[in-house]
Amino acid sequence: MAEAHPVGFQWVMEAKRRGAKVFHVDPRFTRTSAVADTYLPIRAGTDIALLGGVVRYILDNELDFREYVLAYTNAATIVSERFEDTEDGDGFFSGFDPETGSYVQDSWQYEGHESDSGSGHTAKERDSAAGLRHESHGAQVSGKTQRDETLQHPRCVYQILKRHFARYTPEMVERVCGIPREKFLELAQAWTENSGRERTGCLIYSVGWTQHSVGVQYIRTGAIIQLLLGNMGRPGGGVLALRGHASIQGSTDIPTLFNLLPGYLPMPHHADHRTFDEWVDSIRHPGQKGFWGNSRAYAASLLKAYWGEKATPENDFCYGYMPRMTGDHGTYQQVLNMIDGKIKGYFLLGQNPAVGSAHGRAQRLGMANLDWLVVRDLFMIESATFWKNGPEVATGEIVPEQCRTEVFFLPAASHVEKEGTFTQTQRLLQWREKALDPPNDARSELWFFYHLGLRLREKLADSDHPRDRALLDLAWDYPTHGQHAEPSAEAVLREINGYDVTTGRPLASFAEAKDDGSTAVGCWIYTGVYADGVNQAARRKSRHEQDWVAAEWGWAWPANRRTLYNRASADPQGRPWSERKRYVWWDSEAGEWTGHDVPDFEKTKPPSYRPPQGASGPEALAGDDAFVMQGDGKGWLYAPSGVLDGPLPTHYEPAESPMRNPLYGQQSNPMRKVYDHPVNSVNPSPPQEHSQVFPYVFTVSRLTEHHTAGGMSRMVRPLAELQPEMFVEVSPELAAEAGVAHLGWAHLISGRAVIEAKVLVTDRLTPLRVDGRVIHQLWLPYHFGFEGMVTGDSANDLFGITLDPNVLIQESKIGTCDVRPGRRPTGPALLDLVEEYRRRAGIVPGRRPPMVTTEVRHPAGPSDDGPRENPE
Amino acid sequence: MIPDVNSLYGPLDPAPDAGWSAAGPRMGFFTDTSVCIGCKACEVACKEWNAVPDSGFDLLGMSYDNTGALTANSWRHVAFIEQPLPAGHRTPPFAGNPTGGSVSAASAAVAAGTGNPTGTQPGVPPGAPSAAARMTGGVPADVLGAPTRAVTANGAGSMPADGAPAGSAAGNGAATTNGAQFLGMPGAQPPGRGSGAESRTDFRWLMMSDVCKHCTHAACLDVCPTGSLFRTEFGTVVVQEDICNGCGYCISACPYGVIDQRKDDGRAWKCTLCYDRLGAGMTPACAQACPTESIQYGPLDELRERAAQRVAALHERGVPEARLYGHDPTDGVGGDGAFFLLLDQPEVYGLPPDPVVTTRDLPRMYKRAGLAALAMAAAAVAAFVGGSS
Repeated sequence: MAEAHPVGFQWVMEAKRRGAKVFHVDPRFTRTSAVADTYLPIRAGTDIALLGGVVRYILDNELDFREYVLAYTNAATIVSERFEDTEDGDGFFSGFDPETGSYVQDSWQYEGHESDSGSGHTAKERDSAAGLRHESHGAQVSGKTQRDETLQHPRCVYQILKRHFARYTPEMVERVCGIPREKFLELAQAWTENSGRERTGCLIYSVGWTQHSVGVQYIRTGAIIQLLLGNMGRPGGGVLALRGHASIQGSTDIPTLFNLLPGYLPMPHHADHRTFDEWVDSIRHPGQKGFWGNSRAYAASLLKAYWGEKATPENDFCYGYMPRMTGDHGTYQQVLNMIDGKIKGYFLLGQNPAVGSAHGRAQRLGMANLDWLVVRDLFMIESATFWKNGPEVATGEIVPEQCRTEVFFLPAASHVEKEGTFTQTQRLLQWREKALDPPNDARSELWFFYHLGLRLREKLADSDHPRDRALLDLAWDYPTHGQHAEPSAEAVLREINGYDVTTGRPLASFAEAKDDGSTAVGCWIYTGVYADGVNQAARRKSRHEQDWVAAEWGWAWPANRRTLYNRASADPQGRPWSERKRYVWWDSEAGEWTGHDVPDFEKTKPPSYRPPQGASGPEALAGDDAFVMQGDGKGWLYAPSGVLDGPLPTHYEPAESPMRNPLYGQQSNPMRKVYDHPVNSVNPSPPQEHSQVFPYVFTVSRLTEHHTAGGMSRMVRPLAELQPEMFVEVSPELAAEAGVAHLGWAHLISGRAVIEAKVLVTDRLTPLRVDGRVIHQLWLPYHFGFEGMVTGDSANDLFGITLDPNVLIQESKIGTCDVRPGRRPTGPALLDLVEEYRRRAGIVPGRRPPMVTTEVRHPAGPSDDGPRENPE
Repeated sequence: MIPDVNSLYGPLDPAPDAGWSAAGPRMGFFTDTSVCIGCKACEVACKEWNAVPDSGFDLLGMSYDNTGALTANSWRHVAFIEQPLPAGHRTPPFAGNPTGGSVSAASAAVAAGTGNPTGTQPGVPPGAPSAAARMTGGVPADVLGAPTRAVTANGAGSMPADGAPAGSAAGNGAATTNGAQFLGMPGAQPPGRGSGAESRTDFRWLMMSDVCKHCTHAACLDVCPTGSLFRTEFGTVVVQEDICNGCGYCISACPYGVIDQRKDDGRAWKCTLCYDRLGAGMTPACAQACPTESIQYGPLDELRERAAQRVAALHERGVPEARLYGHDPTDGVGGDGAFFLLLDQPEVYGLPPDPVVTTRDLPRMYKRAGLAALAMAAAAVAAFVGGSS
């Protein structure tokens, strides 16, 4: 965190000053480790084993916050008798269908609900990264569950959890992660001691944690611990993601993703959502508990914001204009489609895939096979010049004179040269003013898209093609100002907030959204950010002039609520768990919820409320159902649906690993997304042969001095000089084994690429003893490319493409490689070297490694009679 | 003991001494290295605000330090020192890992040979491999033949009272470091090879943002013939670039090796403690940018008080090696306007252990020179007078 988020890290230092103990778990000793109280070197890719060890430690020693767990989590809920755990399936849950490589989830459901929700083959969910939809709400599940409040029922979640993690002992953590058991116990003890009635702990991760073939399950394990310890919905608790750029949270809320619309409404699928009603019903799940019952209003208001007067209830608000998904349109599928000539044009904004994305060669070859490419950036980045300066030019794979892609480079305004909001990890929107005008032709994204829209509409004005109606009917009329006709960012924020279409009055809350066309809302979860016609995100009231929650600084979605699910900060009767952690509570005299924050509960629903028979929507939530966006009102220790690769996290080895999975016969995540494409390959891992051809584990991350793919730091003199060259960090032990010397050259080889780097031999890296053998890990910064003041080979070139099945994020933190002293070959000899390694490792590009490495004992069978799509 | 009190030596409030009749409190920096996270925001903020040019794009291999030293083109410099020493970790970082010996000393020695031309004079001085090795807790056997550093059981580096190299402390029964033997032949073989069977378990990574010390008695200022260097109303020392004639006297006068010359323009440059910002009531750029309050700016008296409390707190928390550097008004430069909390001996960070203002002895020298001149004159007169007799 000190390394990648030094500004946020000041609060860790502040906590340390006040006596906090800082633990740091990382494959290499970083600037964070330097100031930590305890540093735990870990084998990359084994976090679920480590965190699972913590779960077991909690359950085994009964250190969970029992009252909280009973009242607010699904610990007592009984699961279907057809469920089989990975402990009984050698790494498989019940319901795996080897044919589609996906799970049928019927048997994971709660008792009595085996066939009523979320079941069926999940291959389509995987292709559409459906897990992303659950960022604002839980997956579909019935609210009516059977519970055993004594937690003794063998099929209650608590007992299932206990059995699932029974083998994640300190000894197993040592065997899998390479962390000595004494150190593990030090960590587990400190974490649990700092949680309970009087204390809360917060889990902060950075997005490198997600970049694994089991990335979502990493976070799930953390969430399970936080729920068991009572750290959710309470002040000082939570799970927070530190994002790699400003407003990454904002770019999922109002998404730049292929599968989502603003406010986590799913992008319509051509087969499943043919009509507006089909689409809306798939979101609101008729009959379910909770707040998605109103989603018809959110959906209608969004379309109303898009198409204005043209959107009417009679024409389903122009739903027919909406683009439809046909399958996986994720960034990696697109790159492969470019190579195959299926994609003709591409916009790149603030992104440098030639350096920053996994398998750089595939990225560059893809972009070299387009008709046109528009790059908007601050500097001439690698993704704009790959066709003349990229490494494939040296190897002869791209010939500049013949490269067909026409590249348009358009200079972009930086964040200080335009106004708008940033949304950070706490969901806080903060308005920023423009500090100065952008230089020369540089323009804001807002300007670019608004004027692009105007010009396209102008060109299509006479078109009578039905396909052009969607564009021509758009409500596209933002007020502009200045000599370049810059659109008003505040006007956009007002539309995002939503307004009454007849009076123009900005809505104060998403409860005011209507499904009759009388409201237009750009992003329903942001409603309130422009309440009373005031830009609430621009509020800057000093913390000295308000209480510690600082509700008048910026604006948080939803409804300016700073901590989600804060009903859980009070006990089931509505009293604060402790004076020290007082946050939101039930005021019985006033008959309402009150506290320091906006209560995340219906204001006047008493703790004793129990829903009547047959209730649905918000009415079905009981007075102690604190997790109001979950179908059963409970925090999920066990996820009966919504997570495609298992209801519980399980340790799988990374897709490339020198180790056999010490816990299960199943080596890697059986549901991981793989692409059989000639450009892609995966280095062999046990039980395959020849894994020793790539004996070392490499991991990549950031340096403080550079920013991601380097576009904003390698081009800036005072930053570039601080880390002026590509390097690789190796331990003295690995240096001796590989024969590389400090400040000498080394080259690293994977099945995809060879890169070279200067060597830093440092005590900060260490070999690990894992399962009786020594594993060497080396570390690389991923900031370097071939443009800018300081250049070097790109670490991401070493990776292949393997993705997490839930959200399609790439496994770009771990791979295997070989290390050789000296510089890499150049020209065609470089390709020969890769080819030689492939031959020795038995890699056939385009042929995937075995997905199933053990017998599937409880496969999906005829008894799984839930709704199902045809696997053909 | 303070020698004869004059404005070239001893405790003093420099701004009034320089003639500022209505000077406010003396302002300065307290840099607490125990909370430094090595982010280098100070270096970047300094360069941005003061329009300091780059100091070269060279990978120095000195851990994460690619700046190398304070030069005319680097007015803040973050040093990184990797040492196989305890750092108050509850469990040593690499306990239980299959490690061999430490490579810190050997790689530091290799890195010491990487000084490249920085376009400044003297710029980054060529490093001495044995000194670099010593700074990382290594053992320059070629120099002393015995470990230079002893480590007591509670984790404190040995700290001889006289500030002399710690070699004398070796062999006093304290546990010695498990650092590598540096044999004076950097790069002869891959580091790690032949470094002994000992396994490293302890490790610490020291970071420290160095800066001009703004001495109470600033020799650079004393020797400046043009008046380019001057004492500000804040008690700081600033070069006026429009007056500097590039004579370079200040460079050899600085006891810390801070002030430096740009080869392309010949003039001397160093930290101004953001004189322009102070005048506008602002905090210097580096202190403003520091996320962890490692660099603190304020009235020197307050900073000294705060620093003393911080050292006491660290000692209480089991960090006995915490010590202040440059805080003492009775030291050889009359105390620094920019002082530090260090976690090891000053030499480890590349700081002189006992700096003395190079102009300390000027009055005595002038007195003697005057006497000598008088004597010469007297002798000459005597010779004349005597000769005529």
